[in-house]
Amino acid sequence: MPEIDACALDDIDEEDLLRFDHGERTYAIYRMEGEEVFCTDGLCTHEQVHLEDGLVMDYIVECPRHNGRFDIRTGEALGAPVCVNLGTYPARVESGRVFVELP
Amino acid sequence: MGLLSLITIPMERSYSLTGPESERAVEAGLANADWYRSPIDRKVLKGLMKRSDNPAMRDTAIWLGLLLATGGIGALLWGSWWALPFFIVYGVLYASAADSRWHECGHGTAFRTRWMNDAIYEIASFLMMRNSVVWRWSHARHHTDTIIVGRDPEISGMRPPQLIIIGLNFFGIVAAPQSFAAIFRNALGMLSADEADFVPESERPRAVRVARVHMSIYAVTLLACIAFGSILPAMLIGLPRLYGIWLLLVMGLPQHLGLAEDVLDHRLNSRTIYMNRLLRFVYMNMNYHVEHHMYPMVPYHRLPDLHEAVKDDCAPASTSLWQAWREIIPCVFRQLRDPRHFIRPELPPGAGAPSYGPMGQAAE
Repeated sequence: MPEIDACALDDIDEEDLLRFDHGERTYAIYRMEGEEVFCTDGLCTHEQVHLEDGLVMDYIVECPRHNGRFDIRTGEALGAPVCVNLGTYPARVESGRVFVELP
Repeated sequence: MGLLSLITIPMERSYSLTGPESERAVEAGLANADWYRSPIDRKVLKGLMKRSDNPAMRDTAIWLGLLLATGGIGALLWGSWWALPFFIVYGVLYASAADSRWHECGHGTAFRTRWMNDAIYEIASFLMMRNSVVWRWSHARHHTDTIIVGRDPEISGMRPPQLIIIGLNFFGIVAAPQSFAAIFRNALGMLSADEADFVPESERPRAVRVARVHMSIYAVTLLACIAFGSILPAMLIGLPRLYGIWLLLVMGLPQHLGLAEDVLDHRLNSRTIYMNRLLRFVYMNMNYHVEHHMYPMVPYHRLPDLHEAVKDDCAPASTSLWQAWREIIPCVFRQLRDPRHFIRPELPPGAGAPSYGPMGQAAE
């Protein structure tokens, strides 16, 4: 998968996320403490609401519509109303930029 | 069903999730649509969404403590009229207050710690005579498609409003037997057509297991009544769902009653009402209902702050329950003659344009 320069690290607050659109798909890039970053699909698997307005807390993102929760490290759906996992993609930081490997 | 049809006022539209209105809503683009949300700075919202265990631990300790105390004293005084005030309070804590605990913990916002939300959610679901699995999905749908006819399973004020049923439900006379029958049906391994519409296949076995646990507790309660030759066990478990629900209806029916159907803007179909601290404790701040629907991730203890942040974009809140009901009562009586009548909240100058949705009903 090609690696893409997605954004500056400073574009994302700590314990927060940023929407990133690429090709015909949409993703969510998360920043935890320091330079720890993750990338998942952008849409909640329950009703396809974008996670961009969601809450990031303790490696969990919560969907803004129904409070469905996913582990951002693995994409695992953590219980109703979400049952299907999110896709996850490798992400890293280099020289203050966030790079993600996307299909 | 036969008895129910005798007290049901005929309706133009079907509120069933499997009827023609459901298809119509989907075709019109009202299902799972984008809803208006009052603008709020992301950093401010993040601060409001922040979770904490402390407020809910305090409120839960008070709630459970009062529940045990009033139930215990009521049981000790059983047979005397002195038991009555204790059972009145016990009933309200059991049924009316449990609804808001069920609601907040179902959203997972009351506590920061997940298992605490889940534990109180299960207890409150039992007290409310609700299958915790089925109702989690039902409420998710209510948030996706709030007051969209044919989509929202939690519309309590249909048009024309079912005033006989609503009146009887102040003492749970229709709703509690319906809830009990639903759990009994679930315990037998069956879901109704509406339940099957919103509960995914993978969750159904768990719904059946939960229903069986609930029915087992009711069976033990019934056996205790027979063994002791007294209805006291049922006065503590089960019957409070009837005699203690009235306050929930007083506070909860105004959430949406009399307002628009089929719009995509919670400012048009929901109502915020100022209430005193005691009622807000029972109701866990769900009186800030417009705000809750716009931003369901904000925990109950921050809803007053969210209200301050968005109130200039919303219709003025009702100043009291009394004021809200004074607006609602003439409206619902008029709806008996004219089911198309509803209340149009007046948005303040400078507020975001109302989102009437593809049916444009509120703009008529």
